[in-house]
Amino acid sequence: MQQLHIEANQLTKRYGSFTAVDGIDFEIAPGESFGFLGPNGAGKSTTMRMIAATSLRSSGSLDVLGLDANDNGPAIRAQLGIVPQADNLDEELRVWDNLFVYGRYFGLPRKVVRQRADALLDFAQLQQKRQARVDALSGGMKRRLTIARALMNEPKIMLLDEPTTGLDPQARHVLWDRLFRLKDSGTTLVLTTHYMDEAEQLCDRLVVVDEGKIVAEGSPKELIRTYSTREVLEVRFGTAKNEEAAGRLAGIGDRIEVLPDRLLVYDDNGEQALTAVGERGLHPVTSLVRRASLEDVFLRLTGRSLIE
Amino acid sequence: MTDVRPRMLAGLYARNTRSVVARGMRVIARNNWLIIVTGFFEPVFYLFSMGVGLGALIGSVQYHGVDVPYAAYIAPALMAVSAMNGAVYDSTMNVFFKMHYAKLYQGMLSTSLGPLDIALGEIILALFRGLLYASGFMVVTTLMGLNLAWTAIFAIPAALIIAFGFAAFGMAITSFMKTFQHLDFVFFIMMPMFLLSATFFPIDVYPEPLQWVIMAMPLWHGVDMIRMLTTGIFEQAMIYHLLYFVIMIVVGVFFATRRLKALFLR
Repeated sequence: MQQLHIEANQLTKRYGSFTAVDGIDFEIAPGESFGFLGPNGAGKSTTMRMIAATSLRSSGSLDVLGLDANDNGPAIRAQLGIVPQADNLDEELRVWDNLFVYGRYFGLPRKVVRQRADALLDFAQLQQKRQARVDALSGGMKRRLTIARALMNEPKIMLLDEPTTGLDPQARHVLWDRLFRLKDSGTTLVLTTHYMDEAEQLCDRLVVVDEGKIVAEGSPKELIRTYSTREVLEVRFGTAKNEEAAGRLAGIGDRIEVLPDRLLVYDDNGEQALTAVGERGLHPVTSLVRRASLEDVFLRLTGRSLIE
Repeated sequence: MTDVRPRMLAGLYARNTRSVVARGMRVIARNNWLIIVTGFFEPVFYLFSMGVGLGALIGSVQYHGVDVPYAAYIAPALMAVSAMNGAVYDSTMNVFFKMHYAKLYQGMLSTSLGPLDIALGEIILALFRGLLYASGFMVVTTLMGLNLAWTAIFAIPAALIIAFGFAAFGMAITSFMKTFQHLDFVFFIMMPMFLLSATFFPIDVYPEPLQWVIMAMPLWHGVDMIRMLTTGIFEQAMIYHLLYFVIMIVVGVFFATRRLKALFLR
């Protein structure tokens, strides 16, 4: 069997009396695409920083590519491509220089670094911006440059912390496309996100994290199958009436969630559930039948919606 | 790996300080000429106002029993102060800003660099800046005829030794800082040190206990060391000045290395 790329046992990080990551276990295999899904403050970024060996764990064990993360920062990071949550490009350098200088931090020869910088500018679709100042780039361009930069050392593992947060839909799809290509080329992807669609698109397997703990684990499909029905009926009766309507809908579907602005009826057949609602003499202002998503899984597991 | 690095440095050093220095040089070459130039002018302005202006009223000052023109008396002190200021500014304000605001170190630490590579790189860059300032200042003082002996040329390495001592200490202190306000403490100490360390007048005007306090401070040793070199008036104290900075550097580097994890790996 091939060696695991990342292996964590009872991994814990405490800041004073606050426990950011609370004894989590996970294993990531080579070539796998693995996600940490959870709301802000769940401990995802802290976990990523521990994997990158830029934050030291408080207890438990963490091996990255067979090396203990607390003692082997440089050796581990030589094999990692790190894309942080907030872009931290070198604003004092131009676009191409950002790639060149970054490559040199890995101790790679100048010639190799020059070749890769040019190839990656193509990959990031930034050839026309090679002499531009970093602060003149759009959000999507900065993000692509950050990813290109992270690829300078041809990493075995990419760590992507909220890769598409704050991007418009189009920029997001461009980025997803680039990440798919990496995945196809066999790079292990580890990403955090609080976007359900992103997790569904990119992850083979994921863990749902909440308050520093793992609350569920599986492929997106498995999680949806285990924690939700195949379809979901969303109905709105108007803010004041949702609660009251929920009482009268009892018995329809597997389960009903009351959100501030709408009701979610979990049923494998959403249309059937909608008919049943009508038969009880209720007429929602709007109704929508959709496929279940990880958002539903999260709601089920934590009782809270992901984006608050 | 057959590495026998001490345990304390585990995961902290990748022997690639060079790339951090190269990055700094690239930035200086492309953008930062202005900062370098302004840093050079600061002691020059002091020299013109105090040395030339006040000097016209004061005439000369006794230094180890020899009369020295006032401008020639304060020029070496200004050089020591400028070495201190540059090093402290670079190792506190600049490091703190790059750490928490520009996130430069966060980017560097996404690579195989370790904290020690970065810390050494920053210290070397600070020293390079110090070298530029000191050399520039030497040119000015030589043109003004303020260097009274050929040994003045050694004032440049002396300024670097002073800068190294302050930079190593400054970096260690920065590791304890949480907000920009904490930096005020540093400047609260530097200000009186600048004004009182025999910079503008001999310290024997003070009562003896206060003289001892001043002589315990690093800047006084720096000032007196450079002054001996530029005036050519040597005393045995020279050895103690050098020793003071050697110890300051050793302790500072040790202390800063110990604090690297606190500084970079939170």
